[in-house]
Amino acid sequence: MEKLIAGKSIEVNEEGYLTKFAQWDKTVGEELAKEANIDLSDRHWEVLNYLQTEHKNEVALSIRRIGKSGIVDIKEFYALFPNAPLKTATKIAGIPKPASCI
Amino acid sequence: MKRIVILGAGTAGTMMANHLRHELDKEDWEIQIIDEREEHHYQPGYLFLPFDIYSPEDIIKSIKEFIPKGVKLLTAKIDQVIAEKNMVLLQNGDQLHYNVLIVATGAKIAPEEIPGMKGSEWQKSVFDFYTFEGSLALRNKLREWEGGKLVVHITEMPIKCPVAPLEFAFLADSFFKHKKMRDKVEITYVTPLSGAFTKPKATEALEHLLSEKNIQIESDFAIAEVNNETKQIIDYGGRAIDFDLLVTVPTNKGDALMERSGLGDDLNYIPTNKATLQSLKYENMFVLGDASNIPASKAGSVAHFEAEILTENILHYINGEPLKEEFDGHANCFIETGNGKALLIDFNYTHEPVEGTFPFPGIGPMRLLKESRMNHMGKLAFRWIYWNVLLKGTHIPFVSATMQESGKNFN
Ligand SMILES: Cc1cc2nc3c(=O)[nH]c(=O)nc-3n(C[C@H](O)[C@H](O)[C@H](O)COP(=O)(O)OP(=O)(O)OC[C@H]3O[C@@H](n4cnc5c(N)ncnc54)[C@H](O)[C@@H]3O)c2cc1C
Repeated sequence: MEKLIAGKSIEVNEEGYLTKFAQWDKTVGEELAKEANIDLSDRHWEVLNYLQTEHKNEVALSIRRIGKSGIVDIKEFYALFPNAPLKTATKIAGIPKPASCI
Repeated sequence: MKRIVILGAGTAGTMMANHLRHELDKEDWEIQIIDEREEHHYQPGYLFLPFDIYSPEDIIKSIKEFIPKGVKLLTAKIDQVIAEKNMVLLQNGDQLHYNVLIVATGAKIAPEEIPGMKGSEWQKSVFDFYTFEGSLALRNKLREWEGGKLVVHITEMPIKCPVAPLEFAFLADSFFKHKKMRDKVEITYVTPLSGAFTKPKATEALEHLLSEKNIQIESDFAIAEVNNETKQIIDYGGRAIDFDLLVTVPTNKGDALMERSGLGDDLNYIPTNKATLQSLKYENMFVLGDASNIPASKAGSVAHFEAEILTENILHYINGEPLKEEFDGHANCFIETGNGKALLIDFNYTHEPVEGTFPFPGIGPMRLLKESRMNHMGKLAFRWIYWNVLLKGTHIPFVSATMQESGKNFN
Protein backbone atom coordinates (compact mmCIF):
# COMPACT_ATOMS: atom_id res chain seq x y z
CA MET A 1 0.00 0.00 0.00
CA GLU A 2 0.95 3.65 -0.37
CA LYS A 3 1.64 5.97 2.53
CA LEU A 4 2.36 9.70 2.51
CA ILE A 5 5.68 10.19 4.30
CA ALA A 6 7.49 13.55 4.32
CA GLY A 7 5.30 14.71 1.46
CA LYS A 8 6.16 11.70 -0.71
CA SER A 9 4.01 8.76 -1.65
CA ILE A 10 5.89 5.70 -0.41
CA GLU A 11 5.25 1.98 -0.82
CA VAL A 12 4.91 0.20 2.58
CA ASN A 13 3.62 -3.16 3.87
CA GLU A 14 0.80 -3.69 6.39
CA GLU A 15 3.19 -3.09 9.26
CA GLY A 16 4.49 0.15 7.79
CA TYR A 17 7.89 -1.11 6.63
CA LEU A 18 9.17 0.29 3.34
CA THR A 19 9.05 -2.26 0.56
CA LYS A 20 11.31 -0.27 -1.80
CA PHE A 21 14.49 0.91 -0.17
CA ALA A 22 15.14 3.19 -3.16
CA GLN A 23 12.24 5.38 -1.94
CA TRP A 24 13.99 6.00 1.37
CA ASP A 25 15.87 9.21 2.13
CA LYS A 26 16.83 11.07 5.30
CA THR A 27 13.59 13.04 5.46
CA VAL A 28 11.62 9.80 5.28
CA GLY A 29 13.76 8.39 8.10
CA GLU A 30 13.20 11.51 10.18
CA GLU A 31 9.45 11.36 9.73
CA LEU A 32 9.30 7.64 10.61
CA ALA A 33 11.41 8.38 13.71
CA LYS A 34 8.94 11.07 14.74
CA GLU A 35 6.11 8.53 14.49
CA ALA A 36 8.08 6.36 16.94
CA ASN A 37 8.67 9.38 19.20
CA ILE A 38 12.40 9.39 18.58
CA ASP A 39 14.56 12.46 17.98
CA LEU A 40 17.39 11.33 15.76
CA SER A 41 20.88 12.22 17.02
CA ASP A 42 24.24 11.53 15.32
CA ARG A 43 24.46 8.28 17.29
CA HIS A 44 21.10 7.19 15.90
CA TRP A 45 22.32 7.88 12.38
CA GLU A 46 25.50 5.87 12.91
CA VAL A 47 23.41 2.87 13.91
CA LEU A 48 20.91 3.38 11.07
CA ASN A 49 23.71 3.60 8.51
CA TYR A 50 25.25 0.44 9.90
CA LEU A 51 21.93 -1.41 9.62
CA GLN A 52 21.50 -0.26 6.03
CA THR A 53 25.00 -1.44 5.13
CA GLU A 54 24.41 -4.83 6.72
CA HIS A 55 21.14 -5.10 4.84
CA LYS A 56 22.89 -4.34 1.53
CA ASN A 57 25.46 -7.00 2.38
CA GLU A 58 22.56 -9.43 2.92
CA VAL A 59 23.58 -10.10 6.51
CA ALA A 60 20.67 -11.37 8.63
CA LEU A 61 20.17 -8.87 11.45
CA SER A 62 19.76 -9.93 15.05
CA ILE A 63 20.12 -8.15 18.39
CA ARG A 64 23.05 -10.47 19.19
CA ARG A 65 24.94 -9.53 16.03
CA ILE A 66 24.36 -5.82 16.54
CA GLY A 67 25.60 -6.14 20.12
CA LYS A 68 28.83 -7.64 18.81
CA SER A 69 29.19 -5.22 15.89
CA GLY A 70 31.40 -2.73 17.72
CA ILE A 71 29.03 0.03 16.51
CA VAL A 72 26.73 -0.02 19.52
CA ASP A 73 26.22 -2.32 22.50
CA ILE A 74 22.81 -3.75 23.26
CA LYS A 75 22.21 -1.44 26.21
CA GLU A 76 22.80 1.66 24.14
CA PHE A 77 20.78 0.21 21.26
CA TYR A 78 17.82 -0.03 23.64
CA ALA A 79 18.44 3.47 24.94
CA LEU A 80 18.44 4.84 21.38
CA PHE A 81 15.42 2.88 20.15
CA PRO A 82 13.37 1.92 23.24
CA ASN A 83 11.19 -1.22 23.64
CA ALA A 84 11.81 -3.20 20.48
CA PRO A 85 14.95 -1.58 19.05
CA LEU A 86 15.54 -3.85 16.09
CA LYS A 87 11.99 -3.53 14.83
CA THR A 88 11.93 0.24 15.33
CA ALA A 89 15.38 0.89 13.90
CA THR A 90 14.85 -1.21 10.78
CA LYS A 91 11.57 0.57 10.09
CA ILE A 92 13.23 3.98 10.34
CA ALA A 93 16.14 2.76 8.21
CA GLY A 94 13.69 1.75 5.48
CA ILE A 95 14.76 -1.92 5.45
CA PRO A 96 12.64 -5.04 6.06
CA LYS A 97 11.72 -6.17 9.54
CA PRO A 98 14.21 -8.95 10.39
CA ALA A 99 12.56 -12.32 10.08
CA SER A 100 13.35 -14.45 13.08
CA CYS A 101 13.53 -17.84 11.52
CA ILE A 102 12.20 -20.89 13.25
CA MET B 1 38.51 -47.97 -0.31
CA LYS B 2 36.92 -44.58 0.24
CA ARG B 3 35.56 -43.29 3.50
CA ILE B 4 32.52 -41.32 4.66
CA VAL B 5 32.79 -39.92 8.17
CA ILE B 6 29.66 -38.86 10.03
CA LEU B 7 30.12 -36.52 12.99
CA GLY B 8 27.46 -37.08 15.65
CA ALA B 9 25.27 -40.15 16.19
CA GLY B 10 22.13 -38.32 17.27
CA THR B 11 18.91 -38.14 15.28
CA ALA B 12 20.38 -36.97 11.97
CA GLY B 13 23.70 -38.85 12.01
CA THR B 14 22.04 -42.15 12.85
CA MET B 15 19.54 -41.76 10.01
CA MET B 16 22.35 -40.99 7.54
CA ALA B 17 24.35 -44.03 8.68
CA ASN B 18 21.33 -46.24 7.99
CA HIS B 19 20.49 -44.67 4.64
CA LEU B 20 24.03 -44.71 3.31
CA ARG B 21 24.93 -48.22 4.41
CA HIS B 22 21.89 -49.34 2.49
CA GLU B 23 22.85 -47.40 -0.65
CA LEU B 24 26.62 -47.77 -0.85
CA ASP B 25 28.66 -50.80 -1.77
CA LYS B 26 30.63 -52.18 1.18
CA GLU B 27 33.55 -52.99 -1.10
CA ASP B 28 33.96 -49.35 -2.14
CA TRP B 29 32.85 -47.29 0.81
CA GLU B 30 33.71 -47.50 4.47
CA ILE B 31 31.36 -45.56 6.79
CA GLN B 32 32.42 -44.34 10.22
CA ILE B 33 30.29 -42.47 12.74
CA ILE B 34 31.62 -40.70 15.82
CA ASP B 35 29.90 -39.61 19.01
CA GLU B 36 31.24 -38.77 22.44
CA ARG B 37 28.21 -40.28 24.13
CA GLU B 38 27.09 -43.88 24.44
CA GLU B 39 23.43 -42.99 24.95
CA HIS B 40 20.94 -41.82 22.38
CA HIS B 41 18.36 -39.48 23.88
CA TYR B 42 14.87 -38.99 22.51
CA GLN B 43 14.94 -35.23 23.10
CA PRO B 44 11.22 -34.59 22.52
CA GLY B 45 10.78 -36.66 25.70
CA TYR B 46 12.50 -33.92 27.74
CA LEU B 47 9.21 -32.04 27.46
CA PHE B 48 7.23 -34.80 29.16
CA LEU B 49 9.71 -35.88 31.84
CA PRO B 50 9.15 -32.83 34.11
CA PHE B 51 5.43 -33.66 34.32
CA ASP B 52 6.00 -37.35 35.09
CA ILE B 53 4.38 -38.33 31.78
CA TYR B 54 7.54 -40.11 30.59
CA SER B 55 10.21 -41.70 32.72
CA PRO B 56 13.95 -41.72 31.95
CA GLU B 57 13.72 -45.25 30.48
CA ASP B 58 11.34 -43.98 27.80
CA ILE B 59 13.89 -41.44 26.65
CA ILE B 60 17.27 -43.16 26.71
CA LYS B 61 18.60 -46.07 24.66
CA SER B 62 22.10 -46.98 23.61
CA ILE B 63 23.53 -45.44 20.44
CA LYS B 64 24.93 -48.82 19.40
CA GLU B 65 21.48 -50.32 19.04
CA PHE B 66 20.68 -48.04 16.09
CA ILE B 67 23.93 -48.16 14.13
CA PRO B 68 23.67 -50.72 11.33
CA LYS B 69 26.10 -53.53 10.71
CA GLY B 70 28.86 -52.43 8.40
CA VAL B 71 29.14 -48.96 9.95
CA LYS B 72 31.98 -48.42 12.39
CA LEU B 73 30.98 -46.56 15.55
CA LEU B 74 33.70 -44.65 17.41
CA THR B 75 33.05 -43.34 20.88
CA ALA B 76 35.22 -40.26 21.18
CA LYS B 77 35.06 -36.52 21.50
CA ILE B 78 35.69 -34.75 18.22
CA ASP B 79 38.24 -32.04 18.71
CA GLN B 80 38.52 -30.44 15.31
CA VAL B 81 37.90 -30.70 11.60
CA ILE B 82 40.76 -29.66 9.34
CA ALA B 83 38.73 -29.28 6.19
CA GLU B 84 41.66 -28.27 3.98
CA LYS B 85 43.25 -31.66 4.70
CA ASN B 86 39.98 -33.68 4.79
CA MET B 87 40.86 -34.68 8.31
CA VAL B 88 39.05 -35.09 11.62
CA LEU B 89 41.01 -34.89 14.86
CA LEU B 90 39.71 -36.68 17.92
CA GLN B 91 40.44 -35.63 21.46
CA ASN B 92 42.26 -38.91 22.12
CA GLY B 93 44.81 -37.91 19.47
CA ASP B 94 43.51 -40.12 16.66
CA GLN B 95 43.18 -38.70 13.16
CA LEU B 96 40.70 -39.76 10.54
CA HIS B 97 40.89 -39.05 6.86
CA TYR B 98 37.65 -38.68 4.88
CA ASN B 99 36.48 -38.41 1.29
CA VAL B 100 33.05 -37.16 2.31
CA LEU B 101 32.19 -35.55 5.64
CA ILE B 102 28.67 -35.36 7.08
CA VAL B 103 28.25 -33.02 10.03
CA ALA B 104 25.38 -33.84 12.38
CA THR B 105 26.62 -32.58 15.74
CA GLY B 106 23.37 -30.82 16.61
CA ALA B 107 22.85 -27.85 18.91
CA LYS B 108 23.07 -27.48 22.67
CA ILE B 109 22.19 -24.94 25.32
CA ALA B 110 24.61 -22.23 26.41
CA PRO B 111 23.19 -20.71 29.61
CA GLU B 112 26.54 -19.02 30.29
CA GLU B 113 25.69 -16.51 27.52
CA ILE B 114 23.37 -14.61 29.86
CA PRO B 115 24.79 -13.07 33.07
CA GLY B 116 23.27 -14.71 36.15
CA MET B 117 21.48 -17.49 34.31
CA LYS B 118 23.78 -20.20 35.55
CA GLY B 119 24.01 -18.44 38.95
CA SER B 120 23.26 -19.47 42.52
CA GLU B 121 19.61 -20.28 41.69
CA TRP B 122 20.47 -22.66 38.80
CA GLN B 123 18.52 -25.88 39.34
CA LYS B 124 17.06 -24.38 42.53
CA SER B 125 14.54 -21.98 41.03
CA VAL B 126 16.06 -21.54 37.56
CA PHE B 127 15.75 -24.58 35.28
CA ASP B 128 16.11 -25.65 31.69
CA PHE B 129 14.35 -28.63 30.12
CA TYR B 130 16.54 -28.87 27.00
CA THR B 131 18.97 -31.30 28.66
CA PHE B 132 18.25 -34.58 30.37
CA GLU B 133 19.78 -33.35 33.63
CA GLY B 134 17.75 -30.13 33.53
CA SER B 135 14.53 -31.90 32.72
CA LEU B 136 15.01 -34.45 35.51
CA ALA B 137 15.89 -31.78 38.08
CA LEU B 138 12.77 -29.89 37.04
CA ARG B 139 10.64 -33.00 37.49
CA ASN B 140 11.88 -33.31 41.06
CA LYS B 141 11.18 -29.64 41.68
CA LEU B 142 7.64 -29.79 40.24
CA ARG B 143 6.78 -32.82 42.34
CA GLU B 144 7.05 -30.70 45.48
CA TRP B 145 6.53 -27.13 44.28
CA GLU B 146 3.69 -25.42 46.10
CA GLY B 147 2.94 -22.71 43.59
CA GLY B 148 3.73 -19.08 42.87
CA LYS B 149 4.91 -17.29 39.75
CA LEU B 150 5.97 -19.68 36.98
CA VAL B 151 7.80 -17.97 34.14
CA VAL B 152 8.40 -19.92 30.91
CA HIS B 153 11.05 -18.10 28.93
CA ILE B 154 12.94 -18.16 25.62
CA THR B 155 16.33 -16.42 25.66
CA GLU B 156 16.90 -15.87 21.94
CA MET B 157 16.11 -17.45 18.59
CA PRO B 158 16.83 -19.78 16.91
CA ILE B 159 16.16 -22.69 19.30
CA LYS B 160 15.54 -26.38 18.74
CA CYS B 161 11.88 -27.23 18.43
CA PRO B 162 10.66 -23.62 18.70
CA VAL B 163 7.22 -24.74 19.88
CA ALA B 164 8.54 -26.72 22.88
CA PRO B 165 8.43 -23.79 25.35
CA LEU B 166 4.81 -23.10 24.40
CA GLU B 167 4.00 -26.77 24.88
CA PHE B 168 5.70 -26.57 28.27
CA ALA B 169 3.40 -23.70 29.28
CA PHE B 170 0.30 -25.59 28.08
CA LEU B 171 1.32 -28.80 29.84
CA ALA B 172 2.08 -26.86 33.02
CA ASP B 173 -1.45 -25.43 32.98
CA SER B 174 -2.87 -28.90 32.60
CA PHE B 175 -0.49 -30.39 35.21
CA PHE B 176 -1.46 -27.87 37.89
CA LYS B 177 -5.15 -28.27 37.11
CA HIS B 178 -4.84 -32.02 37.69
CA LYS B 179 -2.99 -31.37 40.93
CA LYS B 180 -5.88 -29.08 41.91
CA MET B 181 -3.54 -26.15 42.42
CA ARG B 182 -3.94 -24.10 39.24
CA ASP B 183 -5.28 -21.21 41.35
CA LYS B 184 -1.97 -21.11 43.21
CA VAL B 185 0.09 -20.73 40.03
CA GLU B 186 0.47 -17.68 37.83
CA ILE B 187 1.91 -18.65 34.43
CA THR B 188 3.68 -16.11 32.23
CA TYR B 189 5.17 -16.85 28.81
CA VAL B 190 8.11 -14.56 27.98
CA THR B 191 9.50 -14.42 24.46
CA PRO B 192 11.93 -12.31 22.41
CA LEU B 193 9.47 -12.58 19.50
CA SER B 194 6.63 -10.13 18.94
CA GLY B 195 4.05 -12.85 19.60
CA ALA B 196 3.60 -16.48 20.54
CA PHE B 197 5.19 -17.78 17.33
CA THR B 198 7.04 -16.63 14.24
CA LYS B 199 4.34 -17.23 11.64
CA PRO B 200 1.11 -15.17 11.61
CA LYS B 201 -1.65 -17.82 11.35
CA ALA B 202 -0.08 -20.14 13.92
CA THR B 203 0.57 -17.16 16.21
CA GLU B 204 -3.10 -16.28 16.13
CA ALA B 205 -4.19 -19.82 17.00
CA LEU B 206 -1.59 -20.19 19.75
CA GLU B 207 -2.29 -16.82 21.36
CA HIS B 208 -5.93 -17.75 21.51
CA LEU B 209 -4.99 -20.94 23.39
CA LEU B 210 -2.73 -19.01 25.76
CA SER B 211 -5.51 -16.65 26.76
CA GLU B 212 -8.00 -19.51 27.03
CA LYS B 213 -5.67 -21.16 29.51
CA ASN B 214 -5.07 -17.94 31.39
CA ILE B 215 -1.39 -17.74 30.52
CA GLN B 216 -0.03 -14.19 30.29
CA ILE B 217 2.33 -13.35 27.44
CA GLU B 218 5.22 -10.86 27.55
CA SER B 219 6.68 -10.36 24.08
CA ASP B 220 9.68 -8.50 22.62
CA PHE B 221 11.67 -9.38 25.73
CA ALA B 222 15.43 -9.42 25.06
CA ILE B 223 16.93 -10.69 28.29
CA ALA B 224 19.99 -8.91 29.68
CA GLU B 225 20.36 -10.77 32.98
CA VAL B 226 18.88 -13.08 35.59
CA ASN B 227 18.98 -11.50 39.04
CA ASN B 228 19.37 -14.34 41.54
CA GLU B 229 18.78 -12.13 44.60
CA THR B 230 15.54 -10.44 43.56
CA LYS B 231 14.49 -13.45 41.44
CA GLN B 232 13.81 -11.43 38.35
CA ILE B 233 14.66 -11.56 34.68
CA ILE B 234 15.50 -8.14 33.33
CA ASP B 235 15.62 -7.07 29.70
CA TYR B 236 17.82 -4.49 28.01
CA GLY B 237 15.05 -1.92 28.17
CA GLY B 238 14.87 -2.31 31.97
CA ARG B 239 11.64 -4.36 32.00
CA ALA B 240 11.73 -6.74 35.00
CA ILE B 241 9.62 -9.87 35.47
CA ASP B 242 9.40 -11.60 38.87
CA PHE B 243 9.56 -15.35 39.15
CA ASP B 244 9.37 -18.01 41.83
CA LEU B 245 10.16 -20.67 39.27
CA LEU B 246 11.91 -19.80 36.01
CA VAL B 247 11.89 -22.39 33.23
CA THR B 248 14.11 -20.97 30.55
CA VAL B 249 15.34 -22.08 27.16
CA PRO B 250 18.90 -20.71 27.14
CA THR B 251 20.67 -19.60 23.95
CA ASN B 252 21.16 -22.60 21.64
CA LYS B 253 24.50 -23.00 19.86
CA GLY B 254 26.25 -25.45 17.62
CA ASP B 255 29.09 -27.46 19.18
CA ALA B 256 32.25 -25.55 20.14
CA LEU B 257 34.20 -27.79 17.78
CA MET B 258 32.97 -25.50 14.96
CA GLU B 259 34.69 -22.56 16.60
CA ARG B 260 37.91 -24.56 17.01
CA SER B 261 37.71 -25.57 13.35
CA GLY B 262 36.76 -22.14 12.00
CA LEU B 263 33.62 -23.62 10.47
CA GLY B 264 30.74 -21.90 12.26
CA ASP B 265 28.94 -18.56 12.32
CA ASP B 266 28.55 -16.49 15.50
CA LEU B 267 26.35 -19.23 17.01
CA ASN B 268 28.62 -22.06 15.79
CA TYR B 269 26.21 -23.10 13.03
CA ILE B 270 27.75 -24.08 9.71
CA PRO B 271 26.82 -21.94 6.68
CA THR B 272 24.99 -24.44 4.45
CA ASN B 273 23.13 -24.37 1.14
CA LYS B 274 19.49 -24.50 2.20
CA ALA B 275 18.35 -26.53 -0.83
CA THR B 276 21.23 -29.00 -1.33
CA LEU B 277 22.59 -29.22 2.28
CA GLN B 278 26.16 -28.88 1.02
CA SER B 279 28.52 -26.69 3.05
CA LEU B 280 28.94 -23.29 1.37
CA LYS B 281 32.69 -23.54 1.77
CA TYR B 282 33.69 -27.16 1.17
CA GLU B 283 32.40 -29.33 -1.65
CA ASN B 284 32.79 -32.64 0.16
CA MET B 285 31.17 -31.47 3.40
CA PHE B 286 27.43 -31.83 4.01
CA VAL B 287 25.46 -30.63 7.01
CA LEU B 288 22.08 -31.71 8.31
CA GLY B 289 20.02 -31.49 11.46
CA ASP B 290 20.46 -28.76 14.04
CA ALA B 291 24.12 -28.13 13.16
CA SER B 292 23.45 -26.09 10.00
CA ASN B 293 22.43 -22.46 9.67
CA ILE B 294 19.59 -23.03 7.19
CA PRO B 295 16.39 -21.11 7.99
CA ALA B 296 14.34 -24.25 8.76
CA SER B 297 13.07 -25.44 12.15
CA LYS B 298 15.61 -27.30 14.24
CA ALA B 299 13.50 -30.42 14.62
CA GLY B 300 13.79 -34.17 14.30
CA SER B 301 11.13 -34.19 11.58
CA VAL B 302 13.19 -31.72 9.55
CA ALA B 303 16.28 -33.90 10.00
CA HIS B 304 14.25 -36.85 8.71
CA PHE B 305 13.17 -35.03 5.54
CA GLU B 306 16.69 -33.68 5.06
CA ALA B 307 18.19 -37.17 5.42
CA GLU B 308 16.10 -38.50 2.52
CA ILE B 309 17.19 -35.67 0.24
CA LEU B 310 20.80 -35.59 1.42
CA THR B 311 21.21 -39.31 0.78
CA GLU B 312 20.34 -38.73 -2.87
CA ASN B 313 22.65 -35.76 -3.05
CA ILE B 314 25.58 -37.68 -1.62
CA LEU B 315 25.06 -40.34 -4.26
CA HIS B 316 25.00 -37.59 -6.90
CA TYR B 317 28.15 -36.08 -5.46
CA ILE B 318 29.98 -39.40 -5.44
CA ASN B 319 28.99 -40.04 -9.05
CA GLY B 320 30.11 -36.58 -10.11
CA GLU B 321 26.56 -35.48 -10.96
CA PRO B 322 25.03 -32.09 -10.13
CA LEU B 323 23.29 -31.90 -6.73
CA LYS B 324 19.51 -31.58 -6.52
CA GLU B 325 18.21 -28.36 -5.02
CA GLU B 326 15.34 -30.15 -3.45
CA PHE B 327 15.07 -29.40 0.25
CA ASP B 328 12.18 -26.98 0.82
CA GLY B 329 12.42 -26.51 4.60
CA HIS B 330 9.64 -29.01 5.25
CA ALA B 331 8.78 -29.31 8.97
CA ASN B 332 6.00 -31.22 10.66
CA CYS B 333 5.48 -30.65 14.38
CA PHE B 334 2.93 -31.70 16.92
CA ILE B 335 2.20 -29.08 19.56
CA GLU B 336 0.93 -30.51 22.84
CA THR B 337 -1.75 -28.24 24.23
CA GLY B 338 -2.54 -30.10 27.46
CA ASN B 339 -5.53 -32.17 28.59
CA GLY B 340 -4.78 -34.93 26.11
CA LYS B 341 -4.95 -32.72 23.04
CA ALA B 342 -2.50 -31.42 20.48
CA LEU B 343 -2.18 -29.28 17.37
CA LEU B 344 -0.30 -30.29 14.26
CA ILE B 345 1.57 -27.89 11.96
CA ASP B 346 3.10 -28.70 8.57
CA PHE B 347 5.04 -26.00 6.73
CA ASN B 348 8.18 -25.11 4.74
CA TYR B 349 10.42 -22.15 3.76
CA THR B 350 7.68 -20.43 1.79
CA HIS B 351 4.37 -21.71 3.23
CA GLU B 352 3.39 -20.84 6.78
CA PRO B 353 1.36 -23.32 8.87
CA VAL B 354 -2.34 -23.12 8.04
CA GLU B 355 -5.48 -25.13 8.72
CA GLY B 356 -6.23 -28.30 6.78
CA THR B 357 -5.98 -32.07 6.93
CA PHE B 358 -2.97 -34.41 7.12
CA PRO B 359 -1.58 -36.59 5.62
CA PHE B 360 -4.54 -37.28 3.30
CA PRO B 361 -5.94 -34.09 1.71
CA GLY B 362 -9.56 -33.58 2.74
CA ILE B 363 -9.58 -36.67 4.94
CA GLY B 364 -6.98 -36.43 7.66
CA PRO B 365 -7.18 -38.20 10.02
CA MET B 366 -5.13 -35.44 11.58
CA ARG B 367 -6.20 -31.81 11.60
CA LEU B 368 -3.76 -29.01 10.95
CA LEU B 369 -3.65 -26.05 13.34
CA LYS B 370 -6.69 -27.32 15.29
CA GLU B 371 -6.66 -28.97 18.71
CA SER B 372 -7.66 -32.61 18.69
CA ARG B 373 -7.22 -35.85 20.56
CA MET B 374 -6.07 -37.57 17.36
CA ASN B 375 -3.17 -35.14 17.10
CA HIS B 376 -2.23 -35.95 20.69
CA MET B 377 -2.22 -39.66 19.86
CA GLY B 378 0.04 -38.73 16.95
CA LYS B 379 2.47 -36.96 19.27
CA LEU B 380 2.64 -39.95 21.60
CA ALA B 381 3.00 -42.34 18.66
CA PHE B 382 5.89 -40.19 17.47
CA ARG B 383 8.12 -41.70 20.15
CA TRP B 384 7.52 -45.20 18.83
CA ILE B 385 7.95 -44.01 15.26
CA TYR B 386 11.17 -42.26 16.26
CA TRP B 387 12.83 -45.36 17.72
CA ASN B 388 11.41 -47.87 15.24
CA VAL B 389 11.06 -46.04 11.95
CA LEU B 390 12.82 -42.65 11.82
CA LEU B 391 16.22 -43.63 13.16
CA LYS B 392 16.38 -46.62 10.86
CA GLY B 393 15.93 -44.29 7.93
CA THR B 394 12.70 -45.97 6.86
CA HIS B 395 10.41 -43.81 4.77
CA ILE B 396 7.18 -42.87 6.58
CA PRO B 397 4.27 -43.95 4.37
CA PHE B 398 2.22 -41.08 2.91
CA VAL B 399 4.53 -38.37 4.24
CA SER B 400 6.81 -36.94 1.56
CA ALA B 401 10.15 -35.25 2.17
CA THR B 402 8.94 -32.07 0.47
CA MET B 403 5.78 -30.38 1.72
CA GLN B 404 2.48 -31.20 0.10
CA GLU B 405 0.27 -28.21 -0.74
CA SER B 406 -3.04 -29.99 -1.20
CA GLY B 407 -5.23 -30.41 1.87
CA LYS B 408 -4.13 -27.02 3.20
CA ASN B 409 -6.27 -23.89 3.30
CA PHE B 410 -3.98 -21.17 1.96
CA ASN B 411 -5.76 -18.00 1.05
C1 LIG C 1 12.82 -30.29 24.63
C2 LIG C 1 12.89 -30.67 23.19
C3 LIG C 1 11.74 -31.08 22.52
C4 LIG C 1 11.79 -31.43 21.18
N1 LIG C 1 10.63 -31.84 20.56
C5 LIG C 1 10.66 -32.20 19.27
C6 LIG C 1 9.48 -32.68 18.62
O1 LIG C 1 8.42 -32.78 19.23
N2 LIG C 1 9.55 -33.02 17.31
C7 LIG C 1 10.72 -32.92 16.60
O2 LIG C 1 10.73 -33.24 15.41
N3 LIG C 1 11.86 -32.47 17.18
C8 LIG C 1 11.86 -32.12 18.50
N4 LIG C 1 13.02 -31.68 19.11
C9 LIG C 1 14.23 -31.45 18.31
C10 LIG C 1 15.03 -32.69 17.98
O3 LIG C 1 15.33 -33.42 19.13
C11 LIG C 1 16.32 -32.25 17.29
O4 LIG C 1 16.02 -31.36 16.25
C12 LIG C 1 17.08 -33.42 16.72
O5 LIG C 1 17.47 -34.29 17.74
C13 LIG C 1 18.31 -32.94 15.92
O6 LIG C 1 19.11 -34.00 15.54
P1 LIG C 1 20.66 -33.79 15.31
O7 LIG C 1 21.17 -35.11 14.87
O8 LIG C 1 20.91 -32.60 14.46
O9 LIG C 1 21.27 -33.45 16.75
P2 LIG C 1 21.32 -34.41 18.04
O10 LIG C 1 20.27 -35.44 17.98
O11 LIG C 1 21.36 -33.49 19.20
O12 LIG C 1 22.72 -35.17 17.89
C14 LIG C 1 23.97 -34.57 17.96
C15 LIG C 1 24.98 -35.60 18.42
O13 LIG C 1 26.30 -35.10 18.21
C16 LIG C 1 27.10 -35.45 19.30
N5 LIG C 1 28.21 -34.47 19.39
C17 LIG C 1 28.11 -33.10 19.34
N6 LIG C 1 29.32 -32.55 19.45
C18 LIG C 1 30.21 -33.57 19.55
C19 LIG C 1 31.64 -33.62 19.68
N7 LIG C 1 32.39 -32.52 19.73
N8 LIG C 1 32.23 -34.85 19.75
C20 LIG C 1 31.48 -36.00 19.69
N9 LIG C 1 30.14 -35.99 19.58
C21 LIG C 1 29.51 -34.79 19.50
C22 LIG C 1 26.18 -35.40 20.49
O14 LIG C 1 26.67 -36.19 21.57
C23 LIG C 1 24.87 -35.93 19.90
O15 LIG C 1 24.71 -37.31 20.10
C24 LIG C 1 13.01 -31.35 20.47
C25 LIG C 1 14.17 -30.95 21.13
C26 LIG C 1 14.13 -30.62 22.48
C27 LIG C 1 15.39 -30.19 23.18
